[in-house]
Amino acid sequence: MLNEALKQKVSELLPTTAFDEGGEWLNINIEATDWPAFAQHLRNDGSLFFDYLFCLTCVDWKTHLTMVYHLSSTKHRHNMVIKIKLDRDKPEIETASGIWRTAEFHEREVFEMFGVNFINHPDLRLLILPDGWEGKNPLRKDFEDPVNMIKL
Amino acid sequence: MYRETEILTRANQSTAHESEDSGDLVINVGPQHPATHGVLHLVITLNGETIKNVEPHLGYIHRSIEKMCESLTYRQFIYVTSRMDYLSAHINNQACALCVEKGLQVEVPQRAQVIRVLMAELTRIASHELWWGAMAMDLGAFTPFFHAFRERETINDIMEETCGARLTMNYMVPGGVMMDIHPHFQQRVKDFIQLYRKKIHEYDELVTGNIIFQNRMKGVGILSAEDAISYGCSGPVARGSGASCDTRKYYPYDAYNKVQFDEVLETGGDSFARYLVRVREMQQSINIIEQLIDNIPEGDFQAKTKAVLKLPKGEFYQRAETARGELGVYIISEGGTTPYRIKFRSPGFSNLSVLGHIARGCKIGDLIAMMGTLDLVIPDIDR
Amino acid sequence: MWSFSNIANLVHEVLAEHFNPAITLAIEMVIAGVSVIGLFAILGLVLVIMERKVSAWMQIRLGPNRVGPKGMLQSLADTLKLIVKEGMTPNGADKLLFNLAPFIAMIVAMLLMAPIAFAKDLQMWDLNIGILYVSALSSVTVISILMAGWSSNNKFSLLGAMRSGAQIVSYELSAGLSALAIVVLTGSLQISEIITSQANGWWIFKGHIPAIIAFVTFIIAVTAETNRAPFDLAEAESELTAGFHTEYSGMKFALFFLAEYVNVFIMCSIAATLFFGGWMPLHIGNWHKFNHVMDFIPSSIWFFGKTFFLIFVIMWFRWTFPRLRIDQLLDLEWKYLLPITMFNLLLVTAVAILGWHF
Repeated sequence: MLNEALKQKVSELLPTTAFDEGGEWLNINIEATDWPAFAQHLRNDGSLFFDYLFCLTCVDWKTHLTMVYHLSSTKHRHNMVIKIKLDRDKPEIETASGIWRTAEFHEREVFEMFGVNFINHPDLRLLILPDGWEGKNPLRKDFEDPVNMIKL
Repeated sequence: MYRETEILTRANQSTAHESEDSGDLVINVGPQHPATHGVLHLVITLNGETIKNVEPHLGYIHRSIEKMCESLTYRQFIYVTSRMDYLSAHINNQACALCVEKGLQVEVPQRAQVIRVLMAELTRIASHELWWGAMAMDLGAFTPFFHAFRERETINDIMEETCGARLTMNYMVPGGVMMDIHPHFQQRVKDFIQLYRKKIHEYDELVTGNIIFQNRMKGVGILSAEDAISYGCSGPVARGSGASCDTRKYYPYDAYNKVQFDEVLETGGDSFARYLVRVREMQQSINIIEQLIDNIPEGDFQAKTKAVLKLPKGEFYQRAETARGELGVYIISEGGTTPYRIKFRSPGFSNLSVLGHIARGCKIGDLIAMMGTLDLVIPDIDR
Repeated sequence: MWSFSNIANLVHEVLAEHFNPAITLAIEMVIAGVSVIGLFAILGLVLVIMERKVSAWMQIRLGPNRVGPKGMLQSLADTLKLIVKEGMTPNGADKLLFNLAPFIAMIVAMLLMAPIAFAKDLQMWDLNIGILYVSALSSVTVISILMAGWSSNNKFSLLGAMRSGAQIVSYELSAGLSALAIVVLTGSLQISEIITSQANGWWIFKGHIPAIIAFVTFIIAVTAETNRAPFDLAEAESELTAGFHTEYSGMKFALFFLAEYVNVFIMCSIAATLFFGGWMPLHIGNWHKFNHVMDFIPSSIWFFGKTFFLIFVIMWFRWTFPRLRIDQLLDLEWKYLLPITMFNLLLVTAVAILGWHF
């Protein structure tokens, strides 16, 4: 499905969506509260069928955090990027691990690196960082580590 | 087996962090363990010899490459990425260079594109050779490792001549490749192809056709196509389950749309299918090299680019097919000389996440075999 | 022609002249003991260097080539290193059992040397239940492995020991039944009688198909019994790091290591004795001239040649095959080898009763 058709389909599903068409793929901005139901639609709708979550990450914009989901369909071979703005002080979003199993690991990574709390995640613990790093979020822009970081 | 469990239960009582009543044995495989090929740490729960649960603990070689890249320029950060998946260093560099080129909207000369594909395919063969040997070693056969290294060494020599390095090549730069190929390059690659064609049947005789090997691999660690996609698997792991996902086919980059090759698919989904995919992929890589080696177009090996690269404000995503699967490079630029945020979607990280799913109910020996067929490179997982 | 019995008698006579009978016996025992220890050490060194050279040859590399001519003294240097290394005992280990286990392994290997005929008349103890003695003692090895695994307080060791327990106990059966096939043909358990019964041809040729089947099953069972690849599940280094000897270091580790190699030697020499006539030269029926020519080759060369050939075969297995899984290992024994050897025993009994062998 082409970007135009995707756009039409998505605006039928979620009329409030804001689109952003700078890049190669269709970018859509949605609210965190819409995410669980919308994700179910994306995965299960026959004409969308986004079954492959190939990248899940977060970006710290200093004023807010943005969750970025890169989705692809192995049936229709179309791609889409979903962005969800989160509050920087209390970032919370529903987990996608029930829909795409790969999200379980990626969300754990985002949890420790950005401090995003994934609601209903089956196993939200530190994955990469050792014990004692709870609450410190190294990939946030204001993270300081005088010992290990070398400023150029 | 039952008597074994009883005795194991007694041994359990001396250790603190285990459940008291279930009779399970918790074992730490790694971070220093011969089968993890690096510093992977798996906490496995056993009942006798049967695995009940596998839980990976990562981060022993986490260098925070994503954070480092935020303070490196677009020319510099490529060199760090050689250290991620060090067995497909070329392809990591290539993906990064392609992503920067996408932002700069630079046209890469034909010659550079072909050289890139040649190098990437040689890298893929070298990586699969090492995997083949290491996986046989996981199963307890040592000899294949040395036989695989005989061929891999030839590739390393070819790389050394042209790139000046054997493992972390740093050969791809935004706009093309760093320098032109060595005058002997074409001849030596042809020699290698000849050597490889002569030796490949040894691989089948020594390992593929071996009855013990087949018994160890067939029907073990079965992963369905749906699960493979849902777990985000890519590369030979997904293709072994019949999930078509070759980035070179679906999102061709560089000269991949000019060559003929087949995407290798197996439907078994077990360890043996993953094994066959990789062995046959080496053949396909040889095919690609054969098509290109005599047809390297004349011209520049690098496009003219500025000394200091500045990407326009925006987001750029580039996929590439490494030896382990789909590598994604996601650059967010604010218009400066360094990326604002960079994310590497490493294939190993997703492929590892499936281990707990497929290993449940298997024996310890099977777990090691499965880890072998997932082809885990730990620096790629940890980044 | 001089023989080992002449030398032994000479030594005995010289000693008997100077000392009373009790002291003579004591001195002779000391000589025998020293030779066993010497042979144990030399065999260990030779087999280690042999294994390393064989593996190097199969893996297209050179192997050790720095110490001594062509690296032949490498294992001596390794032994020196192991002797001066600190032998550590883990904190949580059962100290007595932990330190005892390697010695049990070594003692068993040494005891097994007693009934072996190394050459004509060179045999320490020709007891009338030779095969039974070997079969019984070789299963004591499992006790040392279980002790080592249990007392190390290491989970890998324990798993390795449990695997090895299951493995050795089951493969013992096939090894025993395969050896029985030859015992049935010979009608004796005594090693010297088994050898002399092959004076007109080795059992592998005389015994028809049942002897060949028995030989194949015996070699498989023996490989498993000595924990060699592809049955090295007790050590399985890619799975259990080093299995039952994970916690051992220095000389205690070396004793396990040596005992393993000496066990391989003993098992191969038993196979050579049972199926290839031990020190008996290659004789064919009543071709007297041919037999006479063969007799000129010293009996010790025949024995060591056969034994080392079998050792080479077992090394060949190790450097070619991948390892089996524990359930496949037990399947192989209980579902295939054991029925085959049992049926073969019936077959061989029929052959022996009907006199179908040569």
